[in-house]
Amino acid sequence: MSDTHARTTAFVRDTMLPEAPAPIAQRGAVKWLRENLFSGWMNTALTLASLYVIWWLLAHITPWFGNAVWNANSLAECRAILDGRSGACLGVIRDRWHQLLFGFYPPQHYWRPVLALVLLFGALAPMLFSNLPRRLLWLSALYPFVAYHLLWGGSIWIPVVAAAGFGVGALAWRLITPYTALGAILAALVTPILWWVLAAGAVAGALTSVAPLGLEFVRSDRFGGFLISLVIGISGISLSLPLGVLLALGRKSDMLLLRSVCIIFIEFIRGVPLITLLFTASLLLNYFLPPGTSFDLILRVIIMVTIFAAAYIAEVVRGGLAALPRGQYEAADSLGLDYWRSMRLIILPQALKISIPGIVNTFIGLFKDTTLVVFIGLLDPIGLSNAIRADTSWNGIYWELFIFIGALFFVFCFGISRYSMYLERKLSRGHR
Amino acid sequence: MATTAETFPRKVFRPSMLLYDKRYRSLTIQVVVLFLLMGFFAWLIDNTLTNLAALGRDFSFRFLGQTAGYDINQRLIDYNSQMTHGRAAVVGLLNTLLVAVLACVLATVVGVLAGVLRLSNNWLVAGLMTVYVEIFRNIPTLLWILIIFAIMTEAMPPPSAFRGEDATSSMLLWDTVAVTNRGVYIPEPLFSRSLGVIDMGSFLISIDLLAIVAVVGLSIWANKRLLAHATAVQNATGIRPKTWWKSILILVLPIVALLVVLGFHLGYPELRGFNFAGGTHLRNSLIALWFALGIYTGAFVAENVRSGILAVSKGQTEAAFALGLRPGLTMRLVILPQALRVIIPPLISQYLNITKNTSLALAVGYMDLRSTLGGITINQTGRELEGMLLMMLIYLVISLLISGAMNVYNARVKLKER
Amino acid sequence: MNKTVLLGSIAAASALVAGAASANTLQEVIDRGEVRCGVSTGLAGFSAPDANGVWQGFDVAMCRAVAAAVLDDPMAVEFVPTTGQTRFTALASGEVDVLARNTTWTFTRDVDLNLRFVGINYYDGQGFMVRGDLGVGSATELDGATVCIQTGTTTELNLADYFRANGMEYEPVPIETNAEAQQQYLAGACDVYTTDVSGLAATRASFADPENHVILPEVISKEPLAITVRDGDDRWAGVVQWTFFALVAAEEMGITSANIAELAQGTDNPEINRLLGTEGELGSMLGLDPEWAIRAISAGGNYGEIFAANIGDGTPIGLARGLNAQWTQGGLLYAPPFR
Repeated sequence: MSDTHARTTAFVRDTMLPEAPAPIAQRGAVKWLRENLFSGWMNTALTLASLYVIWWLLAHITPWFGNAVWNANSLAECRAILDGRSGACLGVIRDRWHQLLFGFYPPQHYWRPVLALVLLFGALAPMLFSNLPRRLLWLSALYPFVAYHLLWGGSIWIPVVAAAGFGVGALAWRLITPYTALGAILAALVTPILWWVLAAGAVAGALTSVAPLGLEFVRSDRFGGFLISLVIGISGISLSLPLGVLLALGRKSDMLLLRSVCIIFIEFIRGVPLITLLFTASLLLNYFLPPGTSFDLILRVIIMVTIFAAAYIAEVVRGGLAALPRGQYEAADSLGLDYWRSMRLIILPQALKISIPGIVNTFIGLFKDTTLVVFIGLLDPIGLSNAIRADTSWNGIYWELFIFIGALFFVFCFGISRYSMYLERKLSRGHR
Repeated sequence: MATTAETFPRKVFRPSMLLYDKRYRSLTIQVVVLFLLMGFFAWLIDNTLTNLAALGRDFSFRFLGQTAGYDINQRLIDYNSQMTHGRAAVVGLLNTLLVAVLACVLATVVGVLAGVLRLSNNWLVAGLMTVYVEIFRNIPTLLWILIIFAIMTEAMPPPSAFRGEDATSSMLLWDTVAVTNRGVYIPEPLFSRSLGVIDMGSFLISIDLLAIVAVVGLSIWANKRLLAHATAVQNATGIRPKTWWKSILILVLPIVALLVVLGFHLGYPELRGFNFAGGTHLRNSLIALWFALGIYTGAFVAENVRSGILAVSKGQTEAAFALGLRPGLTMRLVILPQALRVIIPPLISQYLNITKNTSLALAVGYMDLRSTLGGITINQTGRELEGMLLMMLIYLVISLLISGAMNVYNARVKLKER
Repeated sequence: MNKTVLLGSIAAASALVAGAASANTLQEVIDRGEVRCGVSTGLAGFSAPDANGVWQGFDVAMCRAVAAAVLDDPMAVEFVPTTGQTRFTALASGEVDVLARNTTWTFTRDVDLNLRFVGINYYDGQGFMVRGDLGVGSATELDGATVCIQTGTTTELNLADYFRANGMEYEPVPIETNAEAQQQYLAGACDVYTTDVSGLAATRASFADPENHVILPEVISKEPLAITVRDGDDRWAGVVQWTFFALVAAEEMGITSANIAELAQGTDNPEINRLLGTEGELGSMLGLDPEWAIRAISAGGNYGEIFAANIGDGTPIGLARGLNAQWTQGGLLYAPPFR
């Protein structure tokens, strides 16, 4: 072998070189740095700029949090402890965290909203995880009544009697179905209303006098802080979901009148700012209702927020409906299913699955928008921060409160959005 | 077949067909819905009239013609407290539009930058942008407005800090810009040989502005002609004549000449009395609203931009590279035109959100439509029903105009798709 | 049919949390066992919830007196915080029975908004507060100043009128809440803070360095702050009005919460006897029992005691009686005779 080489070239290596480590610029951290941070002058400039930003932020935030003062009962005391250094007066959080979370809700009853929130996750589980027994859905259906009772309290018979209305409707439907289908539907709609209007008050009153069970009543004006945001946000979104689905179906209906009504409604609601709707709730609703009616401001706000969210949900669901292949609709028709059955069994389950990210985004948006109730005098976290700042001891404090409120919202919204991503992945996997 | 047709009973209309026959059912439902709706509206209007009568009020918009009596700090058109509520509402509307446009521009710039940088290979930059997007998206707008307002009020020096021998603050950029806790004062354009104004009755139009717009428009038009001519020459001969210096001349010379003729100079802010005087005063409320809405919405725009760019398949980039296009050209000629079709519709709906969110101006005392018509006017006149309805109508019209623009755009890109 | 269903469902909804603006407020209040009182969302000394969420203040005490007179329980009040914008609607719709919320009595409000102003519980006027180191001694030196105002009140109109009348320029900075306005003023974002003098005093009292802030001598407007009820229910208006007058008259006659038990046994002064129900039937004319005034006065004391306890010299607010002294002492408080 070496002979042939000797004839053609002057030198050929015929033994392997020992393995050398890769040059320092091509391996490990240095390689990573070169490729990711310093791959060109542009990239280098960006990296340096980012480093500067991070350093600047850290340089300002670290001492501020590092010097945080927890045990001060007023801003003046806190400033005295800090003695000119920059630092957070987190004493205000220690002093007022319960107000920011629960408003003026009686402290001995704090367990009630907390339990309601924990139960919410329980109630959501059967809807989200299809491998749980279907019967658990009945528990989810009961949740609104349980939550109402936990939050507001009062006689336990009020939610029980209200829930019984649905039972009465179902009973009427069962009894009349064998004779006439149409009559059954009408009866199922009318009997609960008759029950609520005519019988419910008397029955609840009678039951209460017989067995005065129930939690202590907490008035709506005791609600505040994060609690009010959650109550408005969660009831708004759960009430608006069915309404939004109906609106979306209406918008896709062949019936001209129905379709135009839905379109006008959706476009009107989406075209005006939420704050004008809230002002309608607080200022104008009294003009539109029969003379003498007036009901709880929180209830009015929930109604308005529901209407607002329904229009947005309708658009999300419409997107889901449009994204379904035409074949699904045709397949449902060819099976001979009527409109409601095809929607319930074939179209909506798929369309809603597609719409989950949109629905969750609407919810996050709605939840953030609950802060606007501060403009109509409800004490949400921002409203309470104003009240706290009006107090002589904490006059002039703001960063600490804003950061605390912001962190609460961030944790909640970020958590939900991450959870929805997880859900999306899980559901799409189940789909294939 | 003819016999069977005879054996069928003739179609007789029975009332039950209204419900069970598909042909009539939809009609029945619609008629029922119509009646329900009419009943509902009759009920609403009846209630409203009863309530108004009980309060001893009427439904009229005459209050718009009454004297407003209050002052507005930021006015784009001439206004004082002796003018009418209607005029005040217009001032507010213009303020709403001003901050909406400013915030839309900022949101687009910030959003596009952040969206592109989030896709960057630079790990640090992409991470920083992700943090920005997540933090801003998950905290309420109102809180951002308050935070930026607080930064402007608390962290900036008061005008008194600029005064005297031992001033603790000084103006920036060679004494032309003053950043105070009452807002930012920047130089204003002035004309020493102004052409005056045209009085249009309720508002004034500056002829200087008209002249500038006309000249710029003409220059752009001329430049377009020049480029078209160059293309024609290129098509005919294959050689494109050099046009860049002609373009610059056409674009720059006329406007410079006009400015010189008008005697253009800058008016600098200076400390006088309690405040800075002269210059343009960008109030804190405007800045807080502008930056909060711009940066907050920018986070959403960034997500749109990112998903728009990701939506263009990688094959497109590879195909462009295969044709020998450089990365810059690939982005400009191949990726962006396709990504824009995905980006623009959600972008416009973000513009819609910004416009609606300007109604939060109240929180920082920015005198927009909500604070003038929907705030002080309603308060002083007690006409909440009329005022609120009018305000909703105005917002609705603005929203419909924007979404109309979106539909036109969508229709246009759809055509190009074929 | 649709109408009845809708009406029915709304009636059902409102039955849960009902309230109604009807012509017989007094009966409703008695049935409900609670007076609904509209107050401001928080102004130290006048109405603000304390750390336990119990409302305290001068305006609050007026409502408690009414509750004591009608229901024999000064705590039987539901306080509804209202903003400048929502207050009149809340009253008109029946959300509140009485509004004790620093509301200025004006012609338009009385005539056009159909409110019934039953008694001026505080004579106020709009003033200016500036920093002491600004060296301003009079409002006429404020040309070119930046002025913080709370929106939704009569103050912005008075301000515009005052500066126009004196040919001065100013830069208004409208602010939604008192807390925010305070922060703006303290940070130096405005030179002047303007609102009612009582509000200025209350605000200044909450500062860390009240001595460095000056309330200028000019009072640029008349602000008769009145207790307000709905038009069209004279009986309820009478109850509220005369409960207020009872507090004023009690001070004039020297009835205090300390000596009222003794005086209620009967005195030589027939007017005191009539007021405290030992003589005559004034209570039943109002639709109340004879001891109504005793309860109203015992709730928080007479007008002078309420003033001293909430906003007087001994409190951080430190307001002098001034115009709000009895007419016998050079003030404007004047209760019509009880006979």
